[in-house]
Amino acid sequence: MSNRGLILLKTALHLACGLPLLYLWLAVQSRAAGGDPVQYLIHFLGMGILNTLAATLLVSPLARWRRWPWLMRVRRLLGLWCFTYALLHLAAFLVFDLLLDWSLLLGEVVKRPYITVGMVAFVVLLALAVTSPKLAQRKLGRRWQALHRWVYLVAILGPVHFWWSVKSGNWEPALYLSGFLLLLAWRYKVLIPKRVFRRLGADSKG
Amino acid sequence: LQHRKNLTFDHLINGPLTPEQKVISHNNFYEFGTAKTDPVNKAQGFKVEPWKLVIEGEVAKPMTLDYDDLFKLAPLEERIYRLRCVEAWSMVVPWLGFPLAALLKRAEPTSKAKYVAFETLYDPEQMPGQSNRFLGGGIDYPYVEGLRMDEAMNELTLLSVGLYGKTLPPQNGAPIRLVVPWKYGFKSIKSIVRIRLTETQPPSTWNLLAAHEYGFYANVNPAVDHPRWSQASERRIGAGGLLSAKRIPTEPFNGYGDYVASLYQGMDLTRYY
Repeated sequence: MSNRGLILLKTALHLACGLPLLYLWLAVQSRAAGGDPVQYLIHFLGMGILNTLAATLLVSPLARWRRWPWLMRVRRLLGLWCFTYALLHLAAFLVFDLLLDWSLLLGEVVKRPYITVGMVAFVVLLALAVTSPKLAQRKLGRRWQALHRWVYLVAILGPVHFWWSVKSGNWEPALYLSGFLLLLAWRYKVLIPKRVFRRLGADSKG
Repeated sequence: LQHRKNLTFDHLINGPLTPEQKVISHNNFYEFGTAKTDPVNKAQGFKVEPWKLVIEGEVAKPMTLDYDDLFKLAPLEERIYRLRCVEAWSMVVPWLGFPLAALLKRAEPTSKAKYVAFETLYDPEQMPGQSNRFLGGGIDYPYVEGLRMDEAMNELTLLSVGLYGKTLPPQNGAPIRLVVPWKYGFKSIKSIVRIRLTETQPPSTWNLLAAHEYGFYANVNPAVDHPRWSQASERRIGAGGLLSAKRIPTEPFNGYGDYVASLYQGMDLTRYY
């Protein structure tokens, strides 16, 4: 793909990731988000995390399948949008729901498993975002790859956090969880250590 | 609606009224969908006339009331109550209604009447959440709730037919709903079609769905957390923008302890949550 094509694609992706935030702002202003939009805001931003994460995890399977190596160059952009949504989701919870009661936040992180899970996922995304510049990539060398595989943990913890947070009707979290499990299954060669993998292969032959 | 103001409980509300616009557009009414905005968006075509409310079971005089009867059973009064949702947000709402006790006394409960069971309308054609498990949050409809007889007869327990001086909007449980201000909001069942007095404790919807999270009593209690979030404080929805809300400490029995704490004397409230 030409440089111009790539710039166009990146612009389109930025718009696709950013416009929902504009929509959210308008929905809150126009009261379409309800008389008390706090839960709407938090939920909307949470769905933004899962959707941008799904897009990020789709990049490399798609690039290999279609033989589009240039596609890999949009992955960081998508990952950073994912972090942006995670930051806004956490900020909305802290500012609008807990009304900046930091001690309540700390208490909930310790006491409530679903908040703990969400916070662990956030910390991982924070580490990935901080180490996303090319400079960090060069400095970390091989360890960079190992660090960034932690995104697979986020792909599990995210939908689990969602599942745990709803009062009833778990079909939507279940859908996300199975989707992410599929995306992880595609990476089985990376996720299962080589030794185990070889033994499994040997078993199936013998 | 014609009514008189009952100011007896006003000193307990601890804050200004929640604006009407917020009271009628932030609702949990899963029969119309699980999002807070679903009821206001999907309930506007809901038909409340004709309506039929049946009072039956352990009563000497079973009754069937129609829509007009609901407004004539007893003089309507306005009562300003706190509303504390189990999700840890709260409002202050001016309800119109009459004590549930006034209706029950007319039906003349028998000596066997120990509990009161309530049931919401079941009408999947009008209530999309009842015809579609995905929309309705996986609840087995109709929605049912219950009170112990002494809770039902308490002077605080209200049957409401209006708010802010007008008849109830459909999203708030038209034409008639329960208001039990010392219990979490889900006890205050909406759009009631059946009231049955019983000898044994009736089932209640959220308790059936997740017994370890929602008890039969569901009294507001800052000392007993929901397994997934703290109940020690609540977000009082404010009159203005997003940041006009306040985090305030939750009070035992939602501040109505003077009127109801005696009902639970000797009961372990961590067990009977």
